Amino acid sequence: MRVEILFLAAFLACAVEMLEALTIVLAVGLTRGWRSTLVGVGAALLALAAVVASLGPALTVLPLNALRLVVGGLLLAFGLQWLRKAILRAGGFLSLRDESAAYAREREQALQAAPERRAGVDWYSFTLSFKGVFLEGLEVAFIVISFGADGRHGVVTAAAAAAAALVIVAVTGVLARAPLSRVPENTLKFAVGLLLTSFGTFWGAEGAGVSWPGGDVAILGILAFLLLVSVGSVSLLRRQPGPARTGGATAGGS
Amino acid sequence: MRYAIAFGRFWYGFIVGDDWTVALGVVVALGLTALLAHDDVTAWWLLPLAVVVLLESSLWRARRRK
Repeated sequence: MRVEILFLAAFLACAVEMLEALTIVLAVGLTRGWRSTLVGVGAALLALAAVVASLGPALTVLPLNALRLVVGGLLLAFGLQWLRKAILRAGGFLSLRDESAAYAREREQALQAAPERRAGVDWYSFTLSFKGVFLEGLEVAFIVISFGADGRHGVVTAAAAAAAALVIVAVTGVLARAPLSRVPENTLKFAVGLLLTSFGTFWGAEGAGVSWPGGDVAILGILAFLLLVSVGSVSLLRRQPGPARTGGATAGGS
Repeated sequence: MRYAIAFGRFWYGFIVGDDWTVALGVVVALGLTALLAHDDVTAWWLLPLAVVVLLESSLWRARRRK
């Protein structure tokens, strides 16, 4: 059960980050050509593979409890950020992320940027696609590596989930040749925030020396508890006039 | 140097984000949990409770800013 939830958490988190990277790559590739854009994507993927290959095995040699304490703390801080933004979005206090609007913005900028060729590569396309894939991918790499807190199989499970998400998002994007705006991205972010916060709570407490009642099953209890609290928070926020419902909010990041 | 600062900012934004009190609260809550567990006090309830307090207080601050 724990492996399945871990896979689901890594898959959803990676899919969300890859959706955002896909929007940038599609906007640049369709506007300025694919060669330099794909060179940028390839370079970013190589850099990310190097980060995971060097840090992943290094983390697995650390004492498991110390690793869980540190990773649990990081996942908690990171997951709570996602959850907080997702609740504010669902409650109408932040505007929802719109991939179509993001795509239109990136496309407009790509059209207006002057051509700058170095070594046969359009530098604008290369830089933008490299930055988009590398920065979104770093978040994926962080999640994959941090799931090493579940032992060596944790990294393997998370890496498999990330690979599956990459293939599905990339293939769908290539087939659609448009941003995947119909994917319920904000709902996915809500789920990812809940899952990351649940794992952060579980591992952080275990790393601090706590034994959970029920062992691994406690993850489901934490998840259900946080779901109730989050849904309650959204419901409370919706009862108040929020700026996103009155047109005053700005879109946030992940 | 410029890249190092940008890299540092990226990680700060990524881990800490726009409410640093949440990250600080997580560190304090983990420290308290470790202290209680070290003294053989049942402490599994502390972190979920801290998560709720941190989340709700951060939402409250965000709501007041809007």
